[in-house]
Formats: sequence, structure tokens, C-alpha cells
Amino acid sequence: MSAILDFLLGLAWPWTRLLLFLVGICAFVGLNAAYLVLAERKGAARFQRRPGPNEAGYAGWMQPFADGLKLLSKQVLIPPGTDALLYCVAPLMVMAPPLMCLAVVPFGESLVARNLDYGLLFVFSFGSINVMALMLGGWASRNKFSVISSARVVSQNVAYEIPMLLVVITLLMVAGTLDLNEVIRQQTGGFWQWNILRGIWDFRAGHIGANFLMPVTFIIFYTCMLAETNRAPFDMAEAESELVAGAFTEYGGMGFGVFFMAEYANIVLGCSLATILFLGGWQSPFPPVSFLAYFSGPLWGPIWFLAKMYCLVFSVIWVRWTFPRTQFYNLLNLSWKILIPISLFTLLLTGALMKLPLVWRHLF
Amino acid sequence: MSMKNAVRDVFGGFWSLLVGLRITLGQFFKPIITVQYPRQTVKIPARFRGHIKLILDPESGLSRCTACNLCARACPSDCIVVEGAKKEGQKTKWVTDYHLDFTTCSLCGLCIEACPFDAIEFSKEYNTVARSRDDFNNMDLVARLAQEREVWAQNRPSQPPTPPASAPVTAVVAAAPAASAAPAAQPQPLEQKLTP
Ligand code: SF4
Ligand code: SF4
Repeated sequence: MSAILDFLLGLAWPWTRLLLFLVGICAFVGLNAAYLVLAERKGAARFQRRPGPNEAGYAGWMQPFADGLKLLSKQVLIPPGTDALLYCVAPLMVMAPPLMCLAVVPFGESLVARNLDYGLLFVFSFGSINVMALMLGGWASRNKFSVISSARVVSQNVAYEIPMLLVVITLLMVAGTLDLNEVIRQQTGGFWQWNILRGIWDFRAGHIGANFLMPVTFIIFYTCMLAETNRAPFDMAEAESELVAGAFTEYGGMGFGVFFMAEYANIVLGCSLATILFLGGWQSPFPPVSFLAYFSGPLWGPIWFLAKMYCLVFSVIWVRWTFPRTQFYNLLNLSWKILIPISLFTLLLTGALMKLPLVWRHLF
Repeated sequence: MSMKNAVRDVFGGFWSLLVGLRITLGQFFKPIITVQYPRQTVKIPARFRGHIKLILDPESGLSRCTACNLCARACPSDCIVVEGAKKEGQKTKWVTDYHLDFTTCSLCGLCIEACPFDAIEFSKEYNTVARSRDDFNNMDLVARLAQEREVWAQNRPSQPPTPPASAPVTAVVAAAPAASAAPAAQPQPLEQKLTP
């Protein structure tokens, strides 16, 4: 009897798990998108010493629902002359990549929808669809602002994809794996073992780390993430003071809402990735010795992960409300003249430092 | 040389970004200074100029205006009309009608300066919104004074007091002539909050 039950459970479990993660990730992205909009507005308000939205519900907590209802109640309008198919598909395409990518993001040691061996590659290959979606949306709108914005999105993303990938390659050389969970597992043993600091001095191995410019690498990654998600000060795609609303100028109602939510979903994804690659993912900042080991249990994993991620999300909001939008050529200059050379240099440096012990052993 | 400049540019630029971030974070933790208008209001500064109004004498509860017409003559916009009449057993006239055309008043204050009896002042009324201009081009200040008197009468203690401080309306009125002379003496909460 129990054997049959086990068999059936074994059959049903993968599907149940799939369903649970599907629902979980959709809910996670939806709630994050909704409440990060509120967090952004509240944060902006605090930076300007205002209270922010505070009328809908207690202290404005119902604001996302009010906004959502308002957007949902609007007519879905396809302006005449647009490429209707692309126009309708673009919002879907912009929302899908972050949803897909979160499938391989480990929130805790075993809290991951599908732990792929090549998770990092998966994230980057799907992450690049985002550009296409924005470009198509802008192109299909048949609006001059949208088309300008599309062109900007493409050149900006091409410019920033390069340093980002160079930085990630640097990290891959250190980690030696594309498996995100494995990358995190390597960073165990206190915050000084996280990649951002381990690169300077590897305490466990007791020798110099693989790349003492790792903090700089992190800053490059962070900057590229801001640019890839089209966040201020790199929000050339939206640039409301120049291009109305950039690629989404012609979108209304929930079409616009989806673009908006996708921006926040992408921020969550980018910050998750930064957390995983540089800040130790679900690892506790304390070393697992004596009573401190209590903090690195399986329950604490997601808590540390989310705490680190939301700190980064806060910093993204902080950056947005501190810096003015850059000019477009400055934006490209920053990437081509500063970020790419530096990330190339760190790449070479990492290679050299990693081979240094070999050379050392060979010589002496 | 240019390489050195470039490096300095990068580091200097990055440092300036950090300075900017520190400044905004400093603002983040400071208290909110927005006044939630319908629920809270700022204290109206002493020199605020609302429409002119008749001062309610805190002792008698009446106006001090004797309908001498000096204010109407001083007014460059010609927007004051005063009528007066003699009461029983009194030597001077007393105001019976005081109409202000607020639509043409420039709030210059010449009428207030001209008044020999300190009978008018700027009110602190800022909620002056109406659907038509008729509400403002013939404001009956005597009627407004009568309304104020009702409040005054309610708040008046039964025995005749010497300091009429218990009644807010009379207190404001009593303080008003001094206030225009020494505006900084009154606390202004908004400005206090602005300066950390
Ligand atoms: S403030 Fe000036 S314009 Fe207004 S009623 Fe007095 S004198 Fe006339
Ligand atoms: S308000 Fe003053 S100036 Fe005007 S009529 Fe009355 S007493 Fe005379």
C-alpha cells in the first residue's frame, strides 16, 4: 500500500514542485514589482523630506492596488498605424525574461526552482531579451520618441553588456563554475569569504586572493546593472523630460503597467545576481563557529539572501534620487572609455594572479 | 600628462558621486517637513496680509471704527465704502456699514496706516476661495465682525476680566497691532523646522 503511495507521490512531486515554484515566482515578482513601486515613491519622498503616498490605506500601503485597479480599468488601445502584433507582444517579452531567470536563482540552499549547471549562462541569455523587447515596443509604436528611445536602448545595452560580461567572466575564472548554487557554496565562512572580499585576501587558503580589485569589479557590475535595467542615472530609454516616456510613450493601461513592473522585476533580478556573485547569496555573514553557526541554518538562508538583495535594491533607489540623468554621449563614454578598459584590466589581473602560484612553484 | 588627468578625472568623479550619496542619505534620515494641509496648517506669519477686517475690541466686543472715512480716502483702489450713524447718547458716529471690494484691493495697507483708531487690520484668512467674484467684490466686514463677536461672547468669562487672554479670537486681536510691528517675535514653526 505504502509502496503505491510512495510511487504516486514520487510521480506527483516533480509536478507539484514545478507548480509551487511557478506560483511562487510569479507571486514574488508581482508583489515585488507592486511594492517596489511604492518603496520607490516612498524612498523618493524621504530623500526629499516628504511623506510620499499616504492616503490609500494605512500610510499608503494600499497604493499599489489602487494604481493597479486604475491601470486595469483603462481601455487597451492600439494606436492606428502601429505594428499590432509586435506592439502587443513587447510587454510580454519584457516581463518574461526576469520570470524565467528567477527559476535558477537560489533563494536558499535548496530553495531554487531548478538548479541548472549553467545557471549563470541561462540568466544572461534570457536577460538580453529585455533589450529586444524594449526596442520592439518602441519600434512598433510608430512614434518618433519611441523610435529614438529604441535606438538609445540598443546602443546603451550593447555598451554595458560588454563590461558586465567581462566582469562576470572574471568572476567565473575565480569560481570555476556556472552553477549559481555552487558559486554561493564557495563563499561560505563569514563575510570575508564573500567574493567581493575574498578576491583581496583569501583567509581560508591563507594567501593573496585572485583579484584584489574585486570591490572595483563589484562597482562595475553594479553600474552595468543600473544601465541594463535602464535605471536613473542611465534611464535614457525612458527619459521623461526628453522623450515623454521613451519606448512606452504609446502604451496605456496595463501595457504600460507591465513595462513598469518589468523594470522592477529586472532590478530584483539584477540585485539577486549581484548578491549571489559578490555578496555570498544565502550565506550568513558570520562564520559557522560555536553559537554563530545557528545563523547559517536552512531557514536563515532566504533571510540573508533577501536582506542583502533588498539592501542593494534600496541603494538602487538611493542612486536614482541622488544623481541627475547623464547625457547620452557621457553614458557611452563611461562605458567605452572607463568601464571596459578597467574590466579588461581586472580580467588580465585575475588571470595573472591565478597563475602566480603555479609560476612560483615552478621556479622554486 | 593627459593620462594623469584622466585618472584624476575618474577618481575625482567617483569621489564626487560618493559625496552626493552621503548628502542625500543625510536628508533621508531627517524629519519630514511637509504639512498635511487639510489636517495640519502652518502658523500664519504675523505679516501675512489677508483681506482687511474690522478689529473687535476685546473689552466692548464692538468695533473701534468711527466711520471717519479716512481709510476710504486713503485707498488708492477706491475699494472701501464706510457708512456710519450716531448711536443714542453718543457723541461720535459708529460704523454701520463697511464694504470692501476685495477684487480690486491690492493689499497695500494704506487704509490700515491711515486709520487713526487702529480699527482695521489684515486678517489671517487664507482660505478665500469662492465660485464667483460676487463673493468678494462686496464683502460686508460688519457682518463678519458680528460673527466674530459671537465667538467672542461665548468664550468670554462671566466676570469682567482684565486680561482677555482666555478667548483665542480676542487674544489674536489684542496681539495684532503689536504683531505688525514685531513680526519676528512670534514663533514660526515651519521655518524653525526648516533650519536643522
Ligand atoms: S489694502 Fe490698500 S487697496 Fe486694499 S483696501 Fe486697503 S488701501 Fe485699499
Ligand atoms: S476704519 Fe478707521 S479710518 Fe476707516 S472709517 Fe473706521 S475709523 Fe475711520
